[in-house]
Amino acid sequence: MEAHAAPRRQPGTRRWRRALEDRRVLAPLLIAPAIIFMVLVVGVPFVWAIYLSMTDAIGGSLSGNWVGFDNFTTAWSDDNFQKALRNTLIFTIASQVLVVIGAAVLSAFLVRDFRGKWIVRFLVVLPWAAPVVLSTITWLWILDSLYSVLNWTLDRLHLDHALVWIFDVTHFEEGAQVPLQWLGRPNLALLAITLVHAWRILPFAVVIFIAGRASIPNEVEDASRIDGATGLKKLWYVDLPLQLPIALVAVLFGIVFTAGDFAVVYLLTAGGPFNSTQVLPTWAFQIGINSGSLGEGAAISLYLFPLLILVTVAMLFFARRAQVT
Amino acid sequence: MTWRQKSLTYLVVGPFAIVLAFPFYLALVTMFKTNDDLAIQTHSPYLINDAEGNFHWDFWNDATTEHVRFLFEDTNYPQWLLNTLLVGGAVVAITLVLAMPAGYALARLAGGWGQSAGVGIFLIYLIPPTLLFLPLSRIVTNLDLKDSLWGLILVYPSFTIPFATWLLMGFFKTIPQELEDAALVDGCSRLKALYRIVLPISLPGILTVVIFAFSLCVNEFIYAFTFISTSEQRTVSAGIPNDLIRGDVFFWQSLLAATLIPAIPLALLYNAFLDRFIKGFTGGAFR
Repeated sequence: MEAHAAPRRQPGTRRWRRALEDRRVLAPLLIAPAIIFMVLVVGVPFVWAIYLSMTDAIGGSLSGNWVGFDNFTTAWSDDNFQKALRNTLIFTIASQVLVVIGAAVLSAFLVRDFRGKWIVRFLVVLPWAAPVVLSTITWLWILDSLYSVLNWTLDRLHLDHALVWIFDVTHFEEGAQVPLQWLGRPNLALLAITLVHAWRILPFAVVIFIAGRASIPNEVEDASRIDGATGLKKLWYVDLPLQLPIALVAVLFGIVFTAGDFAVVYLLTAGGPFNSTQVLPTWAFQIGINSGSLGEGAAISLYLFPLLILVTVAMLFFARRAQVT
Repeated sequence: MTWRQKSLTYLVVGPFAIVLAFPFYLALVTMFKTNDDLAIQTHSPYLINDAEGNFHWDFWNDATTEHVRFLFEDTNYPQWLLNTLLVGGAVVAITLVLAMPAGYALARLAGGWGQSAGVGIFLIYLIPPTLLFLPLSRIVTNLDLKDSLWGLILVYPSFTIPFATWLLMGFFKTIPQELEDAALVDGCSRLKALYRIVLPISLPGILTVVIFAFSLCVNEFIYAFTFISTSEQRTVSAGIPNDLIRGDVFFWQSLLAATLIPAIPLALLYNAFLDRFIKGFTGGAFR
């Protein structure tokens, strides 16, 4: 077919065909559409947002007077910003610690073969598969001030007063310490949001951890057995170093998902009570959209970016080093 | 496995599975509760009870489908489901058209800088959507796409393309180079080899990308929430919290039904494609 078609073709077309066989031409050609699109929908808004963060733009307009780094200093000196920054760090670190411990344990058992494995896997993956907004609404029901199933259970187990004591929750109304207001008291709300984050990230981490275990060659297993590595020693010197790169990837994604999250906090507490559970994304939304200070809102959002870049670069660096050795 | 190992396995995975799936069980029970059963606080929230708060094994006699019917007949929920499908479908199509060539080129043709580009793609992920949506909402307004599904269709590929490219890059790397070389030797052009050899083999991988990119669209909240203000144009993630929660009034049974229904098919699809997802995901990062 090629032979028949070739003589009729214009020389220009043939040169094109030849060029398409050259990877130096073909590669950029195939990548270009994606890059052009990304520049338009991510690059342009991103640069624009950086510009906005240095202006006094207000809601509805996309330009303003140049104010340099004023927005960044104003935002920083706000108590609520400090709280939001602190909460972002707390939620991210605390939930990831829970996730890593949970995923390490659960993945170790999920790689085994046992009856009913598929149903266990289905149940474990549910929180990840369910759209986050929707599962957060279910949590709203679980943590409801009146009908909370948690309070109902704690009441039956006579543990509610113990929790009141542990968390030192005292309500303003006299005597009314129970039911616990899970989303109405700062320390309880911080705990609740951390747990919801851990709950929704855990399945993802488990899946990645399982992939990490699967990637360890059988020879390593055999060799370590011959060398007499067992139990904790094997875990520390063999399993952990080998799984480190992939565990780091799981944690990295977990950090990005948690630190950048808007929906969970917005739906559960909307940053309340009294801005005690604000995180950077919700605080940026509050200032940039609800209060209309577009410039300052952009500045608040921008605080998160270098932080995430730093974490990513560090973790990719360690992951690669761990992989080489 | 010995008997002891087996029971230990169940003792560990059992509680984990119960805790992780618990909210979904609770949603399933609550969506069929009558208003009285829901409101009386002595009634067990774990079960469907009769008027006295007792559980019977023929619990379906004490249940009601009234709230599920309300959801489908008296709210825009069916429309939101349809909108979500439309947006997800269109975004997935755009994503595949742009990400497949890019992923292939990065995996096969780009050489050394393909790996660096993989990391670069990841960095795009780190830009918080809360940052982008300030200018994007203005751009969408100026394009006269506010309050329209097209606005979402335009913006969503911004996060599905990096994700899909990363994943597809991983899949393409797992395909033996020899297959393509053979086709090239036989006189196939590179593009034809991509189209005739690589794509058919990667079909499972591509389907995985379809499912996970679609699910990212269903998950998206902040754009759907701010770009669209008429109820009929919303997607599920924005419509449910906006319209089914009115101030302090929660239509709990309908709400929970609305949250559970999309989750089940998604979870089934996730399970079916999980192993392939792992393959592509780790392949993109390390190889």
